[in-house]
Amino acid sequence: MARIIVVTSGKGGVGKTTTSASISTGLAKRGHKTVVIDFDVGLRNLDLIMNCERRVVYDFVNVIQGEASLNQALIRDKRVDTLYILPASQTREKEALTKDGVEKVINELSETFDYIVCDSPAGIEHGALMALYYADEAIVVTNPEVSSVRDSDRILGILQSKSRRAEMGQDQVKEHLLLTRYNPSRVEKGEMLSVADVEEILAIPLLGVIPESQIVLNASNQGLPVILEEDSDAGQAYEDAVARLLGEEREHRFMTSQKKGFFSRMFKGG
Amino acid sequence: MSDTATSGVKQGFQLKSASVSMTALELYYFDDGEFEEVLRDKISQAPGFFKDIPLIISLEKYQGLDSELDFFKIIGTCRRNNIHVIGVRGGSDDQRRLARGAALALLPGNGQRDRTHEAEQAAAEEAETAAVAASTGTAGDPPPAKIVSQPVRSGQQVHAPEGDLVILAPVQAGAEVLAAGNIHVYGPLRGRALAGIHGAESARIFCQSLEAELVSIAGHYKISEDLQDNGWKSAVQIQLRDDLLVVTPLDKA
Repeated sequence: MARIIVVTSGKGGVGKTTTSASISTGLAKRGHKTVVIDFDVGLRNLDLIMNCERRVVYDFVNVIQGEASLNQALIRDKRVDTLYILPASQTREKEALTKDGVEKVINELSETFDYIVCDSPAGIEHGALMALYYADEAIVVTNPEVSSVRDSDRILGILQSKSRRAEMGQDQVKEHLLLTRYNPSRVEKGEMLSVADVEEILAIPLLGVIPESQIVLNASNQGLPVILEEDSDAGQAYEDAVARLLGEEREHRFMTSQKKGFFSRMFKGG
Repeated sequence: MSDTATSGVKQGFQLKSASVSMTALELYYFDDGEFEEVLRDKISQAPGFFKDIPLIISLEKYQGLDSELDFFKIIGTCRRNNIHVIGVRGGSDDQRRLARGAALALLPGNGQRDRTHEAEQAAAEEAETAAVAASTGTAGDPPPAKIVSQPVRSGQQVHAPEGDLVILAPVQAGAEVLAAGNIHVYGPLRGRALAGIHGAESARIFCQSLEAELVSIAGHYKISEDLQDNGWKSAVQIQLRDDLLVVTPLDKA
């Protein structure tokens, strides 16, 4: 049986797709057979970040509607061979994702995959509900600002009342907090919420803190999951998050600002 | 609800929260002639009961066509039989639009409250077991307290229609907790808390950290802005004294 992980947030633009790409790549890199599904029907992005947009023939909705088989729609990643992508449809409506249709696809994937990562669309509407419905675990992507924290709180409430686990009265969906776009120096200036603030408000375990970084943007534009930028702090932070997701103990990093060295202070005037 | 922050000012009226029990007519389909016939039959069974009562039309189980749903005819037929249709409950967006066109009030349907229902059910089960321990065996059996151990998240609502509500976790901004009796929050209270919703003026609210958007006792409320100066972000109790909400730190109680 596969572990089904939804990457969700409520709020848009916080880094769900970036996170889905990196977490799924990280899991696959460790030898776990992983598939990442784009639930954002109509606003397909995951294929761009995974650099497979030119290889999309069939999509998730085609499979649900029986117009293509799963094998025809799954795209194998060129960099990590245990990773597959199931792209969203760009031309359909989110209502094309039916509960039964999604279940059929997830059940079929469960037979052969170790991990199913569901990249949720923003919002709390149908698409987002479908992405989280079958989840065993949830990675709640949050930016260190109040509106994002409130939306995450909202989605946590929905996870615990509207998911299949909640409806069936099973163990609740396991929650993980992933704080993205974290800028320690802005936190010190009081311009951003701190890790402790967000943890205190949301009261769920911290999976990782991804520092705000130009590398993330560059990697997205190049179609490269950030986790493959192994020398970057953002890439390493995702690597740590994947390790923790698999049960390893790792100390949290990148949570304090780097003190500028003597030379950089001399030359940059900072 | 009345705003106690401005209770010194004279004003023409006060708004109070009220909850009344009402008769709902659960409509399955609508046929004008048959409707009046069935209605008359029901009334003839208890003419006194139905005289001048308010009525809401529940659309949750309506299976007929929207085009057959003629609220003007329903209202007229009811009016002829001395029943006042005041609103609709549930229904699709289109049906609610029709109701609005007939100047009816729109009440949320049961289905539109599903998400809170789940949390409430889980909480209710816990409350049952806990209630035994909570009752002290004084005159009569007091209604059981409802006990919730999960955080009440933004958008969720937990309701204790009788008795107290005890929450062993945070009540988040955008969440709402309501009780007929007292409300205890063993965690920060960041959302809205309404105690004594059926008018119990002796109800109180207790919390470990007052960060609420709104607190209300028996319809008298204070919003976040009016709470900042006294006990903000500390453990307090809130009670009603002479129609005014009073916040007292718990260590000085």
